[in-house]
Amino acid sequence: MENLYSLTAHELKKKIDSEGLAPSGILDSLIKRIESVDKKIKAFVSLNKGASVLSKERRGKLYGIPVLVKDNICVKGEETTCASRILKGFKPPYDATVIKRLKDEGAVLIGKSNMDEFAFGSSCETSCYGPTRNPWDTDRIPGGSSGGSAAAVASDQTILALGSDTGGSIRQPASLCGVVGLKPTYGRVSRYGLIAFASSLDQIGPITKDVTDTALVMNVIAGYDEMDSTCVDMPVPDYTKSLVKDVKGLRIGVPKEYFIEGIDTEVEAGVRGSIDLLRDLGARIVEITLPHTQYAVSTYYIVAPAEASSNLARFDGVQYGFRAQDAKDLVDMYIKTRSKGFGNEAKRRILLGTYCLCAGYYDAYYLKAQKVRTKIKEDFDKAFKLCDLIATPTTPTPAFRIGEKTLDPLSMYLSDIFTISANLAGLPAISIPCGFSKNSLPIGLHMLAKPFDEETLLRAAYTFEQNTDYHKRKPGL
Amino acid sequence: MQIDKNTVKKIALLSRLELDEKESELYSSQLAAILSYIDKLNEIDTKDVLPTSHVLSTLKNVFRKDSLKSSLDAADALSNAPSKEGDFFKVPQVIEGK
Repeated sequence: MENLYSLTAHELKKKIDSEGLAPSGILDSLIKRIESVDKKIKAFVSLNKGASVLSKERRGKLYGIPVLVKDNICVKGEETTCASRILKGFKPPYDATVIKRLKDEGAVLIGKSNMDEFAFGSSCETSCYGPTRNPWDTDRIPGGSSGGSAAAVASDQTILALGSDTGGSIRQPASLCGVVGLKPTYGRVSRYGLIAFASSLDQIGPITKDVTDTALVMNVIAGYDEMDSTCVDMPVPDYTKSLVKDVKGLRIGVPKEYFIEGIDTEVEAGVRGSIDLLRDLGARIVEITLPHTQYAVSTYYIVAPAEASSNLARFDGVQYGFRAQDAKDLVDMYIKTRSKGFGNEAKRRILLGTYCLCAGYYDAYYLKAQKVRTKIKEDFDKAFKLCDLIATPTTPTPAFRIGEKTLDPLSMYLSDIFTISANLAGLPAISIPCGFSKNSLPIGLHMLAKPFDEETLLRAAYTFEQNTDYHKRKPGL
Repeated sequence: MQIDKNTVKKIALLSRLELDEKESELYSSQLAAILSYIDKLNEIDTKDVLPTSHVLSTLKNVFRKDSLKSSLDAADALSNAPSKEGDFFKVPQVIEGK
C-alpha cells in the first residue's frame, strides 16, 4: 500500500475528490511519519496533532491538505516565536493574511517549522531550538532560513509548507533539500502577519514536492490585501494554467557572472547540464551579463541588517514575549530583555544595521547601498530585454556540514551569493531539483523572471520537471 | 573604516544591548571583517544614481477610506503582555522620585 504522507497535494486532492479519501486519514499518516522521523530531522517546533479542516461550509482549493508554516508567520492562538527566546510564549491574536486564505480554502495547519532566529541565517543553526538536519545527510545543514519547512517537505513530514525569503531563505534550503521553492515577486503575496525582517525584501512563498503543488499554493496565497500597503492590486492568474510542457522559443539568459571561481564543480556541471536540457527541449540560450552581481552581497548586508535593526526595535519586553526581571528602570529593562532574549546572530545584525544607519555613516553605507541597488536592478532591466528567464545555480555548493561556517559569519553570508539579487530587484525566482552530487546531495536550478511573471517561471520549471525525475527521489531515512 | 571595541560598545548602547568584554572583542573583529568586505561598494561611481528604497516603481502612496471598522480588542492586544494593569501595559519606573 502506498503511504499517503509520500504523495503530493495534487495527488491527494484527486483521492479526496474522486475516491472519498478523508482528510483525517492524511493527517494520521503524516503524524505517524513525523513521530518516526522528526527525531532525526528536527524540522518541527510545534506539532498540532488535533489539526482539522476549519472551514466546514465548503470544499476549498486545498481541502484537507496539510500545510506546515514557518515560525515567523502569525497563526492566531498558536505560539509563534521566530525561533527566538525573545518571543517565547507569544500567541498572535490574529492570523496572517496567507494563513487566513489557507484556512478559508480548507487547508489543515499541522504545525510550525524551525528556522534561523528571525530568519537571520543560511543554515538553521541560529534557532533557539537547535539546528534542523538535512534529510539527505543528517550531519549537514538543511539550508536556511526556512530550513525546517524545506527539510519537512523533503522528508515527507508535510505535504506543503510556507517559507519566507529575504535573501534566499526559501530557495537556498529548497535547493539543499531537493525540493521546489518559489519566492514570488515583491508585492505579489501579502506580508501582513509575517514578522518583519527587512521590509523592502521580505516575501512569503511555497515550498513543495513539485511544481504543480507550487502553482496550487500560489492560487491561494497570491493577491491584493489592504492590510499590506506594499501588496499590489493586480489580477491573479490561474497559475495551474502555466503548467504546460513547452519551452519552445523561450529565451533563457545565462549570466557569465554566476559561473565563477569557487563554485563547486558538481553544482556547475548539474546546472549547465540542466540548461542544455532546456535547450534540447526548444528553449533558446542567450549569454547575458549582470555586471553588478559581485556587489549584491555587500549591498544586501547593508540594506537587510539596517532594516532589521529598525524592525527589531519593537522587541523590548513591553507588549509580548520575554521580559528580563531584574531591571532597575525602563531603559535597563529594555537592555536586559534584549541582551538575554536575542541570540548571537541577531545581535550581530542589529549592531551592523545600527552602525550603517548612524548619523555620519548613513550616506557612506545605507544611501550608497540603495544606489548600488539601483545599478543591480538596472542590470536585470537590460538583461530582460534579451531574455524571458535567467538560469543560474541556486547555491555555490551542496549542503555544508553542521558547524562548518558558524565561526565565520562572512563565509556564511557568501553562501547566499546567487539568491540575494532577486530580492534586491524584487523579482520572482524559483529553485527546482536538477541533480545530485556523488555524495547524493541535491543540486538546485535557479530561475528568475520579470516582475509578476511567475507564469513563465512555472512553465519552464514544469517542463524541466516533467522531463526529469530528480523531484521523485526520496532520502533514505 | 575602523570599528574598534569602543565603537561597538557605543553602537550596542544605541541598540539597547549590553555586551561583555569578550563579546565586544568578538563582534568588533567580526564587524570589521564584514565592513571591509562591504567597502567593495566604493569601487562603483554612484554620483548621479538615484537610490532605490523600494522596488515597486508603480507604487504610490496608499490611502484607505476614512470609515469605521472594528480593530483588535484591548484584551486581545494585552493578552501577550509580560505585565499589565487594567487596560494598560505595565513597565518599570520611568520618572525618577517616588
